[in-house]
Amino acid sequence: MYTQGLDSLGADCLHQATDAVTLEQRFQSKVDEDERIEPKDWMPDAYRQTLIRQISQHAHSEIVGMLPEGNWITRAPSLRRKAVLIAKVQDEGGHGMYLYSAAETLGISRDELLEQLLAGTAKYSSIFNYPTPTWADVGAIGWLVDGAAIMNQIPICRCSYGPYARAMVRICKEESFHQRQGFEIMMTLARGTPEQHRMAQDALNRWWWPSIMMFGPNDATSKHTAQSMRWKIKRFSNDELRQKFIDITVPQAEFLGLKVPDPDLRWDEATQHYIHGPIDWKEFEEVLKGNGPCNRERLETRRRAHDDGRWVREAALAHAEKQRARETQAA
Amino acid sequence: MSASAATVLSASTDLRFRYAVHLGDTSLILAQRLGEWVGHAPALEEDLALANIALDLLGQARYLLSYAGEIEGKGRTEDDLAFLRDPSDFTNLALVEQPNVDFGHTIVRQFLIDAWQLELFECLQGSSEPRLAELAAKALKETRYHYRFSSGWMVRLGDGTEESHKRVQDGLDSLWKFTSEFFAPGAVDEEAAAAGLGPDPASLRAAWAANVEQVLTEATLKKPADVSYRWFGKRNQHSEHLSHLLAEMQFMQRTYPGVQW
Ligand SMILES: [Fe+2]
Ligand SMILES: [Fe+2]
Repeated sequence: MYTQGLDSLGADCLHQATDAVTLEQRFQSKVDEDERIEPKDWMPDAYRQTLIRQISQHAHSEIVGMLPEGNWITRAPSLRRKAVLIAKVQDEGGHGMYLYSAAETLGISRDELLEQLLAGTAKYSSIFNYPTPTWADVGAIGWLVDGAAIMNQIPICRCSYGPYARAMVRICKEESFHQRQGFEIMMTLARGTPEQHRMAQDALNRWWWPSIMMFGPNDATSKHTAQSMRWKIKRFSNDELRQKFIDITVPQAEFLGLKVPDPDLRWDEATQHYIHGPIDWKEFEEVLKGNGPCNRERLETRRRAHDDGRWVREAALAHAEKQRARETQAA
Repeated sequence: MSASAATVLSASTDLRFRYAVHLGDTSLILAQRLGEWVGHAPALEEDLALANIALDLLGQARYLLSYAGEIEGKGRTEDDLAFLRDPSDFTNLALVEQPNVDFGHTIVRQFLIDAWQLELFECLQGSSEPRLAELAAKALKETRYHYRFSSGWMVRLGDGTEESHKRVQDGLDSLWKFTSEFFAPGAVDEEAAAAGLGPDPASLRAAWAANVEQVLTEATLKKPADVSYRWFGKRNQHSEHLSHLLAEMQFMQRTYPGVQW
C-alpha cells in the first residue's frame, strides 16, 4: 500500500487527545454510525495527525511514482503506448494533486508537505525505490503495483474522513484503468516473441515480492492497525489485503503463462486461499530505511526538479505581485 | 487513363504524403521533447499542463502519420514512419528538435510554435484534402489552449523577476533564428500551397508576427533582430540534436525489429 510506513510512524500522537471526552465520544459515535467527518467537524488531534500522515504519504507516493514509469515515456515502443503512458503518468500527478488538497483540509499546506518529502522526513511507498530497466516493468507496475494500490484504496473510499474518501473514489476509477492497461502490456509481451516473454517473466520476478510487501508488515508486527480500524481509516488488516491481492493475482499470472517467483506458493483447498512462502522482511526494512536500489535517485530527482523550478515559481509570484500593484494603482 | 493523368495523380499522392509527414513530424518531435518534462516540471500544475500539450501533439502526429501511411499505400503504419525512418528523412521544423534546456527555453519554443500553429491550423481548415481539414479543426482548438499556456508563461517569466526575464530573453535570443523557417519558400509546404493542400507559408507571417510582438511587449521582452539562417528541417537539414532524440525514441523498434508491442 502507498502508506505502508504508517504503522511505524503514528505512535506518538495516538494517546494525546484524552481531555475532551464528550467531544471524542460524539466523534466516535459518528464514526461508528458510518457518518462522514468533514473538515469543520471536531476531531481528535491524533486522528487529524494520522490522516495527515497517511494522506500525504499517499500523495508523495503518487508524485514519486511518476518517476519509474516516466523513465519510459521517451522510449515507449509504439506511439499508442507512448500516449497511454504519458496519460497514465499524468493521472498519477493528478492523484497527487487531489490528495494534497485533501490533506490541506486538515490544516497543512502542500508546500509544507513537499518540504517534508524533499527533506526526507516524510515517507512514500517503498515500491517506487525499485528500478525500471526494461519496458516490461511498465507493464508489471500497472498490473501489480496499481493492482495492489486498488486493493488498498477501495476500502478507503469508505474512509470516515470525507475529503479523503471522495478523493479516493475518483482515484480508484483511474487506478483500475491503469491496472487493465498494465495487464494488457504484460499479455502482449507474454504472448509475443520468446525475448518478449522472457522480458515479462523477468519483470514479474523482480516486482512480485515488492508488490506483496506493499501491504505493509504482518498483522502480528503491525501495532497501530486497531486504532485506525476503530477510526475507520483502515477497514482491513495488512494480511487480509495481501491475501486478497494474491488470490486475485496468481490466476492472472497463470493466464499470462508466467510463473510467480515463489516456490512455496500453493492453493489450499481447506481455506480456499493461496498460501505463500516467507516474505523477506529484511529487504522491506532495508528499502524503508533508504537502502533500496533507487531511494537516493528518486529523492534527488524530485529535489532537482524542485530546485530547478524555483526561479519559475518565484517569477510567477513576482508577476502576480506586480499585477496586483498595477491594479491598485489604477483603482 | 492516359499516362500523364496517372503521373499527375501519383505526384499529388506523393505530395500529400510528404506534406502530412512534414506536419506530423513537427508535432511528433515536439511531443517527444515535452515528454521529457513529465515528472520533472517546476510545479505539479505545469507538469500536468506540459503532459497535456504533449498528448495533444502526439495525437496530431498519430493522425497525420497514419494518414500519410494510408495514402502512400505501401502498408507503412504510424509506428513505421515514426520509428523506422532515419534523421535525414524527417521534415519537422528544426525549432521543435531543440533541447528543453530549462523551463524558459521550453516556453519560448512552445510559444513560437503555438503562435505559428494557430495560423497554420486556422488556414488548414480550408484544405482541399478533407482529412487535413478535419485534423486542422480539432488541432486548432488544442492549439488555442497551448497558446494560452505558453503566452501566459512568456508574460509571467518576462515580467517576473530579473532572473526569469534574463532566462526567457536568452531563450528567445537563441531560438529566434529558427522561426525564419516557418515562412521560407522552397520546401514541401510551398508545394502543398500550390496544390491547395495547405496555406502558403509566407502568408502566415503577418498574423504570427503581430501576435508574437504583442506578447513580447507585454512580457517586456526584446524581439531579436531577424538573422539570415537557411538550414531548414523541412528541407531535411537538421541540427545535431535530432539524431540523439531519435536514437532514444526509436530504441525499442530498432533493437527488436518487427515485433508487436
Ligand atoms: Fe495513482
Ligand atoms: Fe495508477
